[in-house]
Amino acid sequence: MRASAETPLQDKHPMTAIQGVDRDPAYDERLDGEIASVDKSTLMAAIHAEAPALTLLAREEDLRPFECDGLSAYRTLPMLVALPATLEEVMALMRVCHAQRVPVVTRGAGTGLSGGALPLAKGVLLVMSRFNRILELDPDARLARVQPGVRNLAISEAAGPHGLYYAPDPSSQIACSIGGNVAENAGGVHCLKYGLTVHNVLSVEIVTIEGERMTLGSEALDAPGFDLLALFTGSEGMLGVITEVTVKLLPKPQVAKVLMASFDDVERAGKAVGDIIAAGCIPGGLEMMDNLAIRAAEDFVHAGYPVEAEAILLCELDGVEADVHADCERVRELLERAGASEIRLARDDAERQLFWAGRKAAFPAVGRMSPDYYCMDGTIPRRELPRVLKGINELSATYGLRVANVFHAGDGNLHPLILFDANRPGELETAETIGAKILELCVEVGGTITGEHGVGREKLNQMCTQFAADELTQFHAVKFAFDEHRLLNPGKNIPTLARCAEFGAMHVHHGELPHPELPRF
Amino acid sequence: MPHPQDQRPEFTPADQAGPTLDSGQDLSDALCEQVRQAHRERTPLVIQGGGTKAFYGRRIAAERRLELGEHRGIVHYDPVELVVTVRAGTRLSELESALAASGQRLPFEPPHFGDTATVGGMVACGLSGPRRPWSGAVRDFVLGTRVITHDGKLLRFGGEVMKNVAGYDLSRLMVGAQGTLGVLAEVSFKVLPLPPASACLRLEMDEARALDRLRAWGREPLPLSGATFAEGVLHVRLEGGEGSVASTRERLGGDTDAATFWEDLREQRLAFFSPQDPRSLWRLSLPARARRPALSGDWLCDWAGAQQWLRSDEPAPHVHETSIAAGGHATRFGPALDDAPTDGASPFSPLPKVLARYHQQLKTRLDPHAIFNPGRLYADW
Repeated sequence: MRASAETPLQDKHPMTAIQGVDRDPAYDERLDGEIASVDKSTLMAAIHAEAPALTLLAREEDLRPFECDGLSAYRTLPMLVALPATLEEVMALMRVCHAQRVPVVTRGAGTGLSGGALPLAKGVLLVMSRFNRILELDPDARLARVQPGVRNLAISEAAGPHGLYYAPDPSSQIACSIGGNVAENAGGVHCLKYGLTVHNVLSVEIVTIEGERMTLGSEALDAPGFDLLALFTGSEGMLGVITEVTVKLLPKPQVAKVLMASFDDVERAGKAVGDIIAAGCIPGGLEMMDNLAIRAAEDFVHAGYPVEAEAILLCELDGVEADVHADCERVRELLERAGASEIRLARDDAERQLFWAGRKAAFPAVGRMSPDYYCMDGTIPRRELPRVLKGINELSATYGLRVANVFHAGDGNLHPLILFDANRPGELETAETIGAKILELCVEVGGTITGEHGVGREKLNQMCTQFAADELTQFHAVKFAFDEHRLLNPGKNIPTLARCAEFGAMHVHHGELPHPELPRF
Repeated sequence: MPHPQDQRPEFTPADQAGPTLDSGQDLSDALCEQVRQAHRERTPLVIQGGGTKAFYGRRIAAERRLELGEHRGIVHYDPVELVVTVRAGTRLSELESALAASGQRLPFEPPHFGDTATVGGMVACGLSGPRRPWSGAVRDFVLGTRVITHDGKLLRFGGEVMKNVAGYDLSRLMVGAQGTLGVLAEVSFKVLPLPPASACLRLEMDEARALDRLRAWGREPLPLSGATFAEGVLHVRLEGGEGSVASTRERLGGDTDAATFWEDLREQRLAFFSPQDPRSLWRLSLPARARRPALSGDWLCDWAGAQQWLRSDEPAPHVHETSIAAGGHATRFGPALDDAPTDGASPFSPLPKVLARYHQQLKTRLDPHAIFNPGRLYADW
């Protein structure tokens, strides 16, 4: 979710993801499932018969801006773009697409980093950007009811005068929309203490593929039946279309202080993270950067980072004044004992912002060092950090590409940035190889291939590494319950068993897939 | 074929605190075989842990039991990672003791309702204690599960990491599903350190004033971790740093309350919950800004108003209707009915039509022969 806002220089330094032989982003009906071919003008007529005022874009020059999301190397022109302005239009569109078996890909602000909103050549791209109103903000009930196209930061800005805010803050928060946040279960730098999107949403309104409305969750703290709110959060547009979101607002912490600790050894920095948490302290934010990332950020933002350090830790402590003061003392002591070569407490809010500015600009800063970079998103148990960093360094040395590491250290979410030049023959493929091996390493140590960016189109093949065939089959069963004809965002998030048999690590015995009776989607 | 995530080598503790390793017994093979047999014979199963929450929900239309109580033990606990993985049959008390020994806890404060309460039953019922509005619910702390499917396969969803968006979140889906979608065999939780300081207060005032106060306090970053109004007293619990607890305690005033109040509330040992009371015990979960429904009976207001307990003789359909009209729902906690309740006496509020259909479809896909706790949540499935 994070690059496009984190990369104001994106135009100059486009993020290029991997396009290898086996990572062709184009939907492959042989591997991803068949899609019906429907005549475009017939479909437009059918949609307009149901929703006469619904804006549809069909000419190539109008479709072009929608051909990709934040993962700009993956591009496909949709058949049609729909820009509904009302709930009724969304429902009508879904009814028609369901009846005609036309797939629908939903898009929010298009800042996603895994190609989750990559269009389909034979599908409709449903763009929710006109759903951009904050419907209600109740400071006493500490909630905001908003349309899905409302930007993440806009909610906190509206809540600010009441002393409240919306906690999840993906780095793209100035641009990304709340509907996309829910679809991806977006994170941010304060997750360890304040949770992910799933912990901060009270309810969502969904339009199903059949064009019906339903509300998941409740303004109350729970709802009867299954926890479908949790199931839909992070489901990447595969189960329904989000048309309204009610989020929880929190009182703003009184004070926030940031400590920056330098280390001349990455492993020691990793251990310091464990020491802080073992001491019973849960920082609001706990971030780590390695030397390459430090240098890039310092060169770009001049945050005052120590460029000689092998690693820095940024530790933000927030809450009530008295507690924060005590925590700062405790953490400073722990960092000293852990062998930090220098510890600085941001003197005032301006310096605190500056310390964070370096971290938040890490992606574009790295982008200035290299024509292209590839951002990974694995999560690992923190104790495995030294081993994984060592593995990444070895891969970097073996393949001759630099890797900068930015790390949500508190919750174990790694963002290695692989630097390469797409114009040099073979570098793209090499970056791909390193990326795949890093994700395999994450799975090997008990982690996951994606902590917050989502699987999307990008990591479809790696899902075969993370999950066994029976588990994927269970995912398909869930999908079937909500979208029998697999019309919602097909070819994303969950690979078909056929795809895994061809590309993944799945063991196929004598060419027989498990559950031959099941449809391959 | 080994699971991809099982190909990892043995854990190598990076810290002197180190992970606590297995104690207990792994019966997952035998449990899977029992499920496979039930699947072959199309025989429904009653999934049972410690039996402490058997009263909760509808009577299950099955005789054969799947006993989880001996599938127990803490598989892996690493305090530094804030993660613990336990088998479903582990006693909740055993888990809580192990966490407390490392200065940690389950923040959602689950009720036990008996010494034999198991972790699996706790997750399946999805009930959270008085701290819930401030800390989050059971589902907020579930990171991963191992689940036995309808055809007797042991699958893994989620894991032992804080952030994981690979695949659908089937682990959280299991919370509160009461075993109707699969058998919980193992659960990984995020745990948190115990707070450095705490204080329990009682403030005498009327209920309207108490709710006003709670609304105002809610907008400030106060270290609240419990707020309950009962019989003219607002009970408040504070948990946090030494400084904030001390200053908040001073500011709120009131008298020191017995610390046991919160456990008695959680375990329903207060007089209000007496099993001698012949009236039904209802739990109403309501929006913070909802007006309490006009139902006759006695009330106990928990979760700063978001969870209201009601002792009443009002007919069940009326309790459900008025709770839904207020934007929430109702759950009948007791007393247990001897016979399978009719639809009108369902302990759970009915679902809207579209939502009910998707529930049924999901159940059908994940448990096509309805062998897992059939009828426990709703009559039709």
